[in-house]
Amino acid sequence: MGRRILFITTDQQRFDSLGCNGGTIARTPNIDALARNGINYTRAHPQNVVCMPSRSTMVTGQHPSTHGVWMNGVALSPDAPSIAATLRSAGYKTALVGKAHFEPLLDPFQLFAETRMAANNVFTEMYTLPDGTMVPHRGFDHMEFATHGAQGSVHYAQWIRQNHPEAIGQFFTVLDHELEVSAVGGGDTNAPQVKFNEVHREWYHTDWVADRTMAWLDSLDVNDDWFCWMSFPDPHHPWDPPKSELGRVNWRDLDLPEGYPTDATMRENILAQKPAHWAKWYDGSFVSNYEAPLHWVPATLTPDQVREVNAMTHIENELIDEAIGRVLKMIETKGWTSDVDIVFTTDHGEFQGDFGLLFKGPYHVDSLMRLPMIWKPAPSANVTPAVVTAPVGLVSLAATFASIAGLPTPDYVEAPALPLSDADARTRGFERVLTEWDSILFEKIIGSRTIHRDGWTCTQMLPGTLHDGTEGELYDHANDPLQHVNLWNDSKHKAIRDDLLADLRSAMPEQILPLRPVDAPV
Amino acid sequence: MGSIRRSQHIKCTPEKAWEIIGDPSRLHEWFPIVSCRVEGSKRWIHLANGLVFEEDIVLVDNSMRRFQYTIVNNPIVTQHLGTVDVIDDGRGECIAIYSTDMKPNVLALGIGAAANNGLAKVKKILEGTL
Repeated sequence: MGRRILFITTDQQRFDSLGCNGGTIARTPNIDALARNGINYTRAHPQNVVCMPSRSTMVTGQHPSTHGVWMNGVALSPDAPSIAATLRSAGYKTALVGKAHFEPLLDPFQLFAETRMAANNVFTEMYTLPDGTMVPHRGFDHMEFATHGAQGSVHYAQWIRQNHPEAIGQFFTVLDHELEVSAVGGGDTNAPQVKFNEVHREWYHTDWVADRTMAWLDSLDVNDDWFCWMSFPDPHHPWDPPKSELGRVNWRDLDLPEGYPTDATMRENILAQKPAHWAKWYDGSFVSNYEAPLHWVPATLTPDQVREVNAMTHIENELIDEAIGRVLKMIETKGWTSDVDIVFTTDHGEFQGDFGLLFKGPYHVDSLMRLPMIWKPAPSANVTPAVVTAPVGLVSLAATFASIAGLPTPDYVEAPALPLSDADARTRGFERVLTEWDSILFEKIIGSRTIHRDGWTCTQMLPGTLHDGTEGELYDHANDPLQHVNLWNDSKHKAIRDDLLADLRSAMPEQILPLRPVDAPV
Repeated sequence: MGSIRRSQHIKCTPEKAWEIIGDPSRLHEWFPIVSCRVEGSKRWIHLANGLVFEEDIVLVDNSMRRFQYTIVNNPIVTQHLGTVDVIDDGRGECIAIYSTDMKPNVLALGIGAAANNGLAKVKKILEGTL
């Protein structure tokens, strides 16, 4: 028997949402305990700030330029390396329960395995490798999918349809009649993608993901080694937690987030310092990407809507924490606790009102890039708890899982296993973390490359629809933690900017061309 | 308008490629659908997920080797024109091109994915590698 691995992810969760990271609203005692007894990374970044590229980085240990999922809607190749496959080859039982999203969710022709598995209500699909070997899709013995609601081709939607069909219409309808992300508002404030959801709490996808995770764990032999990815779809929009839970956080009691400038003129002045796509999204004149509602104008966002979206998010985060607590208790009951490593993180962040914005897009600031990431090594490993402030990325997860299993670092990964302390980080060269954005949605083209190092975030915009490649962003986190002051064109900071750009160009993997096709908007 | 174009070079004559690509009733042989039915200038295609699309055949031009169709009577699709061309590459082989212009815009991407899949399959059929 070796060390087992419980990999917990959420979707679109901010660093500051957790008690262990300074959050004061959502009660997250189970996650906080993981941080207290493990390693809490306070500068963890994704390699892309939307789901499919980011999740593909988790499973491959590669940057988007290498794994090829350069925007949402681009499928990860079925041949792509997978840490699950590596662990399975070493004898691990492997499962992914919840949101996968390595392949498009909108797949009417059932071209992709995730869609087919859910449509056929099966939990694996065999794939033939180029050498003729048959392996389960992406190396998972068991895949059981959920996403943000009760629609689409995922197992959770099948379960709701079969067992609680009356609940289907109670969730927010994510897409509008044009199949665009819906701008419909609800709740008390008419905030976009908010709805009072009458669904029973135990039928909601957060508890379903925990229930199905426990069912899979319960199917294992007590002596099995296992890798289980429990992937919650929340707190990603829509913000429609069970109405029964709304009493947990009253939006009227919330202060506005520190990152939300209450004065409209101040907001506009901050955005005007940034590359053009920021202000043009804010005023509704240029919606570059599919991840935010096409027909919603951020400038219309009210302070009360910010409060209500935040309250809904806090509630969803509490439900996730409680679901995690149930799974940890089950693991304890099984007698596994001393040999289980637990890694908790998310795929990207969410504005939640910062800069007067919601949702996400090509905006490389802490709202979207600074992630919660916690690794609680198995107690049997005797690792000293620590807080790691060095920059790390999701790109290190695959190597970390291999190291937990006692395997050599896979040759396909592009980053080493996570450091155990800041001293370990210094020794092993954790100096920088990189993030990429590319999107081509019909005629709208946006691209950027970002480096975070030494307390600076530097983003170079690539030539595209709005930019000629000379624009960018430079933020000094020590003096400007909210990233309100863009120093890109400040002559006093030209040297640090140029140094960061040189480092960025040197460290960023070359993008593999031709780009893989965009098969769906998401 | 959502506009996509996908293409595939095929090592066979344009005439041979057109025999299958230009026949509206043979779509299911290469495009990722379950079945199709043609009656006059109407076609119905059946997807694996149970959806049925009703289409009007707009053009079958055997001399230009162009096929065009439009999705009709659909609660989601409000505008559509699909075009499939087989073009002589000048060296005795051909290029098959599948284009779609439609609303909702984003659905064009899904049809583009299916077209990619279908063109790859028809290439294998015609080159004898399936």
